[in-house]
Amino acid sequence: MKIDEIQNGIVLDHIKAGNSMKIYKYLDLDRLDCTVALIRNVKSNKMGKKDIIKIDSPIEINLDILGYIDSGITVNIIKNCILTGKHHLELPEKLTNVLRCRNPRCITTEESNLDSVFRLTDRENCVYRCEYCEAESV
Amino acid sequence: MRHLIDITDLTVGEIDELISVSERIIDDRQSFSDICKGKKIATLFFEPSTRTRLSFEAAMLELGGSVLGFASADSSSASKGESVSDTVRTVGCYADIIAMRHPKEGAPMAASKYSPVPIINAGDGGHNHPTQTLADLLTIQREKKRLDSFTIGFCGDLMFGRTVHSLINALSRYENIKFIFISPEELRLPAYIKEDTLNKKGIPFTEVERLERVIPMLDILYMTRVQRERFFNEADYVRLKDSYILEPQKLLSAKKDLSILHPLPRVNEISHNIDDDPRACYFKQVLNGKYIRMALILKLLGLEG
Ligand SMILES: [Zn+2]
Repeated sequence: MKIDEIQNGIVLDHIKAGNSMKIYKYLDLDRLDCTVALIRNVKSNKMGKKDIIKIDSPIEINLDILGYIDSGITVNIIKNCILTGKHHLELPEKLTNVLRCRNPRCITTEESNLDSVFRLTDRENCVYRCEYCEAESV
Repeated sequence: MRHLIDITDLTVGEIDELISVSERIIDDRQSFSDICKGKKIATLFFEPSTRTRLSFEAAMLELGGSVLGFASADSSSASKGESVSDTVRTVGCYADIIAMRHPKEGAPMAASKYSPVPIINAGDGGHNHPTQTLADLLTIQREKKRLDSFTIGFCGDLMFGRTVHSLINALSRYENIKFIFISPEELRLPAYIKEDTLNKKGIPFTEVERLERVIPMLDILYMTRVQRERFFNEADYVRLKDSYILEPQKLLSAKKDLSILHPLPRVNEISHNIDDDPRACYFKQVLNGKYIRMALILKLLGLEG
């Protein structure tokens, strides 16, 4: 299978196989007009199988969401068909309006005007807690 | 602007400073008696807690300030569906500092993001109650003359007891403290506190089921209430209930300088026969609560460094 190389845009590489649909959804890629290629189960020496997403437009993407879903992803920036930047992700310290608190006693479940904020409290075990009630994200 | 939402918002140095200001207030109340003249505290109690509210109000009055506020949600705008952010933005126009009690966890934190004046968390659901912890710390300091190097036992419901969690968290920052947790198996300290607060810092602790066994080792005993409905079965409740009630017999083997603390209100977990024992500190704890709230108000208003 061959997918056209992109000219100006972003290639998300080393996505854990199976995660690409989730990323597609979280990053609202369905709203884009440009070419978006979602390639699943690509053979990878390092990972066995991986997914790749190619976006043929220099859009801003939320690296925090991406890092939260899959911090192993490599973000490649392409300009005029040339690779101009490569970012490795890490778990973000803070996630705003990405997760909702599931604690029924939490103020955010009652007052929807509040930003939903989660903070990384344990990087090793990837634990995020609600900034308000400190409940763990699920 | 500073708020107090969680006890760890304060550094150890700031807590020491609050304690020393409290002790200065205790020694010389007169010289603090009009330091807050013209200042107002709003006590916004979205759920009733008379003793905590009165403590804040007495603290402000003794500093020469005045108080306004409400004592329950049905006498407030919250019953009309107003958000906490709107409430504090409004009240912040009238008051210089706000003490907020709310049944929802995180409400004071939410308020602090919008408030034009300092917010003090006066209890948010089962989550935090930092001024109780400050009262506990001041009591330990005054009884023991130190906040390090002792053995403290926490007895009762350690699973749901927010005052216990918060005090453990605060004490975990001091040196050479041994923790003994005394509770029925189903009401043990939550695993995340053992893991995140104690194990990660290499702080030793022991868990036991019966108070009788460990009482001779304790320098401080922090009692909490065990509710019957928290037990999974009646047989365990019957088997263990007396173990979590402190009565004079149990104190026979305790140290002469043990300090007995309780966040109050108590039901039956401390026998009234103990109230006159010099080791009973729970009413002193209430008084200390007022003094440290005075120190906290001064700190957050920038009136005492
Ligand atoms: Zn929450």
